[in-house]
Amino acid sequence: MTTAIAFRQVSRHYGTVRAVDAVDLEIAEGEFFAMLGPSGSGKTTCLRLIAGFERPTAGEVEIFDKPSGAVPPYRRPVNTVFQDYALFPHLNVRDNVAYGLMIAGVARAERHRAAEEALSMVALPGYAARKPAALSGGQRQRVALARALVNKPKVLLLDEPLGALDLKLREQMQVELKSLQRQLGITFVFVTHDQSEALSMADRVAVFNEGQIQQIGCPQDIYDRPNTPFVADFVGSSNVLPPEMVERLTGKRASASLRPEALRLQADGYAAQVIEKAFLGAVTRLTLDIDGQKLAMLLPKGEEVPEKAATVHIGWDEDALHLMEQRDA
Amino acid sequence: MPEVAVSSPASRGLSDRLSDLLWSRQGLLILLLILPPALWLGIIYLGALFALLAQSFFSIDPFSGLINYEFTLRTYGELFRAANLDIIVRTVLMAGCVTIAAMIVGFPVAYYAARYARGKWKALFYLGVMLPLWSSYLVKVYSWKLILAKEGILSWLFETLHLSWLLDAYLLLPVVGGNSLSVSWTGTFLVFLYVWLPFMILPTQAALERVPPSMLEASGDLGARPGQTFRHVLLPLALPGIVAGSIFTFSLTLGDYIIPQIVGTSARMIGQAVYQFQGTAGNIPLAAAFAVVPILIMGVYLYIAKRMGAFNAL
Repeated sequence: MTTAIAFRQVSRHYGTVRAVDAVDLEIAEGEFFAMLGPSGSGKTTCLRLIAGFERPTAGEVEIFDKPSGAVPPYRRPVNTVFQDYALFPHLNVRDNVAYGLMIAGVARAERHRAAEEALSMVALPGYAARKPAALSGGQRQRVALARALVNKPKVLLLDEPLGALDLKLREQMQVELKSLQRQLGITFVFVTHDQSEALSMADRVAVFNEGQIQQIGCPQDIYDRPNTPFVADFVGSSNVLPPEMVERLTGKRASASLRPEALRLQADGYAAQVIEKAFLGAVTRLTLDIDGQKLAMLLPKGEEVPEKAATVHIGWDEDALHLMEQRDA
Repeated sequence: MPEVAVSSPASRGLSDRLSDLLWSRQGLLILLLILPPALWLGIIYLGALFALLAQSFFSIDPFSGLINYEFTLRTYGELFRAANLDIIVRTVLMAGCVTIAAMIVGFPVAYYAARYARGKWKALFYLGVMLPLWSSYLVKVYSWKLILAKEGILSWLFETLHLSWLLDAYLLLPVVGGNSLSVSWTGTFLVFLYVWLPFMILPTQAALERVPPSMLEASGDLGARPGQTFRHVLLPLALPGIVAGSIFTFSLTLGDYIIPQIVGTSARMIGQAVYQFQGTAGNIPLAAAFAVVPILIMGVYLYIAKRMGAFNAL
């Protein structure tokens, strides 16, 4: 398998701020790769390093095994869908989409045909003559996508492309993006702070925090076997059990992750007190106190919901408790 | 059920009641705000302008020197006499050169200020651009006369650098040259450029400020070299600002009569012609006809700018 993008000990520092700090990363060709993390975690900077808008202060970003250090953005085989879409307001949709081809010197008729094709690919035919200002947020997002894809990039970079859309549209676009990527076979690098988005779309996910990658793996791995307390908490708001408690339960001294949905009511289980309960529709979330340690628990619909302040007995499957390496506090 | 306490208007002061009235009748507020400037603009400004326009359709009796209050286009016909046409062509050429030079000089300054200057550097930029506007226009023009004069600062500088031959060679050129820079068209041009430059920089900077950095990155991302990004993205987006600036530099140059009087050749520009015809010559109709010329030229200029899409990005 060909490596599309590789980070070799890449750092990007701004003065004393380490936006990206010694990151190693390999993204395979044809992969849907998500960079997940809170704002300021360095994921967007990594994307900008691939696009060439930023240059690493140390290390090397390789694109298809070629060092990219001195390659300006306009000579990289990648295209970007920007967070604010960055559509050119003075050009209509057709000329926006055809911009890259116009720059490449493709004849007018040919590039207009390609633009129409790209627009129908993103389900937006018939909008070619409109100005971006006359489009809705979702439509602009599609135009930005078409404008990048029309150039047939080897790697498509997406910077929180769904962030500005409402929930319904976002879910619809998630499905469409995923099927588009499968259909085109292009490498997608997708930056998001939304863990459900990353988990549902990506083949592999890198979780960022404070300029470093905490964990890289397939969504299942990231969710079920978080490496660090940060990953456990950020992805799916897992319960992070302190080492002392884990030692009492298992005899091993380490932090552990315990997913809220892995907890169940069990007559012979550990006693815990209900502090808080919140009805979320399909499930009810309980906040429990077990020996001074707070635990979140998701109770599926149909189960009897205990009253507040009641004492319940809970248990979990042994392999639901996942021990983590001690990396950060 | 207790009465809901809504204080009656009468129980409060006049300013309270006035506020309530204006709040409930927004139209009245807008009318009050807009009326004084509208009156000023409508009666004093536009009124005077139309009075001037009307004058241009009268003529002057060549023997008595009295104004003949009958509608005629003869005065406009006079504009096309060779001497008068020269004045118009010369002025338009000068205004065009000054405007183009101001665009070229002003753009990098505006670009730097909009893209890179932050905090204290931005303050310094505004100060640097505005400072010349705070000092008297006449003082500036006379200072330039000293700079450009035969024994002036510039010729001293050329001499010190052993480049006097270069200056002399330049002054020997037809049209742009002359006895010294201060009595040449080059001198007039330099002073115009200096005096009107802020009017080009500020609107250009304002337009560039509104261009998100991601727009330029997107262009580069799509394969455009910096020069292509400038031509296809940055320039079109900055154009409304540049056109706004050029309206200032162009029209101010068209109408100015002091700078060409103090610095430059004895050949007149439109402003001087208006000044002399309405003053010493007492030919108000011709002065008025001359004054209409810049208005027409600006109208044509704006029409062309609009046709070329200068305002599409607004």
